[in-house]
Amino acid sequence: MTIYQAPPVATLQLENVSFVHRGSTLLKPTTLQLAGCHRTLIMGPNGAGKSLLMRLSHGLLTPTSGSVHWQSEPPAQAMVFQRPVLLRRSALDNLTYVLAINNPPRPELKGLSRKAQAMSALEKFGLAPLAKRPARVLSGGEQQRLALARAWLLNPRVLFLDEPTSALDPAAIKAVEDAVLEFHHSGTRIVMTTHDLHQARRLANDVLFLHNGELLEHTPANVFFTAPSSPEAGAFIRGELVW
Amino acid sequence: MLTSDNAFSTALALIMSMDSALISIVMLSLQVSLMAVFIASLLALPLGAALALWRFPGRNVVIVALNALMGLPPVVAGLCVYLLLSRAGPLGEWGLLFTPTAMVIAQVILVLPIIAALTRQQVEALHGEYAEQLNSFGLTRSRMIPTLLWDARFALMTVILAGFGRASAEVGAVMIVGGNIDGVTRVMTTSIVLETSKGNLPMALGLGIILLGLVTMINAIAHVIGETAKRRLG
Repeated sequence: MTIYQAPPVATLQLENVSFVHRGSTLLKPTTLQLAGCHRTLIMGPNGAGKSLLMRLSHGLLTPTSGSVHWQSEPPAQAMVFQRPVLLRRSALDNLTYVLAINNPPRPELKGLSRKAQAMSALEKFGLAPLAKRPARVLSGGEQQRLALARAWLLNPRVLFLDEPTSALDPAAIKAVEDAVLEFHHSGTRIVMTTHDLHQARRLANDVLFLHNGELLEHTPANVFFTAPSSPEAGAFIRGELVW
Repeated sequence: MLTSDNAFSTALALIMSMDSALISIVMLSLQVSLMAVFIASLLALPLGAALALWRFPGRNVVIVALNALMGLPPVVAGLCVYLLLSRAGPLGEWGLLFTPTAMVIAQVILVLPIIAALTRQQVEALHGEYAEQLNSFGLTRSRMIPTLLWDARFALMTVILAGFGRASAEVGAVMIVGGNIDGVTRVMTTSIVLETSKGNLPMALGLGIILLGLVTMINAIAHVIGETAKRRLG
């Protein structure tokens, strides 16, 4: 396999982005810059607006006010959801599907047929024996790995993950975290939500901390975990209930 | 004297005799209904899916209208097609009245709202599940339609069968626009009406049993295909 050097990732700029749904403000005006090829973890209690911030960044939702834009050409993106959304087809067909709808192949897979590309992704994620199985009868961990394999084929420069491990057992969590590191290693920026502090310590380069729809911190991980600047983040790290 | 015994034996005798008139009636019934369901599906599946995906002013009116049209009385549909195709009607020049084509047109009108309305429901439910992921892939709504229709295929097969049930069972529309002409537009249901009014009840019931048998067979084939595919694909 050839070594592929990824070009730098475009910077995502959120300016005064807010989101109001049925009269309640779910995200207060937020200004934020995501630059560089980091692993950014979005943290905060339930209902803080973590998934919302991610969906606004990925473009699945349109902000009520403010703007979300990339400072150059929008990069290829993919998203892995808390509950993987798999098509009612075989594992292999789930992968050939995304190859058919868009996207140039990953550089290292160039020249291979769609099926061969899909098989190589299945092998990479340890799913090759399950290629012919219907995607939706796979176990939770296998489904999430299949979703990651699918994202891998999209060759994203930015990968969004919304609590991808919240319903998985430790072995499956390890597999997902390894995959996340693998993505990052190959030059993909990671933006991931979690409420698992241990996971955040293992994965984060920097942390966004949200509370009640407000971005309270955007700090490097070592600073966040040792000296958080907001009392809410301090309480969150100590495992206290924050309201 | 009518007993179920001689109805069954009449049905059996009809089938055994392979009467050519009977065979042509059966074949025409199947041809008209299957063609109508095929055409209606081609139109109604994308229409129902589009209705599920697009929000536009008056959308609810369209949905209510489609749902209401599911209960359109066949004689009314037949009458409308009759008025369109009759000599004095706007499409009278086509000379289609009292032909199998006219019967297909009438049945398409009956079946289309059923398939479109039920497809709308199925696709809307599936879209609720898939929307974020398909948006994330960067698909436009029109490109989502084939994906959603394909992934809803097992439910849609039942929807199409419901349409076929409507087409094969109705008599009012084909009677009006077909005219029950022997050897030309006579189908199972119109024959049953005719035999009943002639008082030939064993024959009418025998034809009814054959019709029921055919519909059951088609549903059984569809069921087996669907179940096999479901087991294989999940």
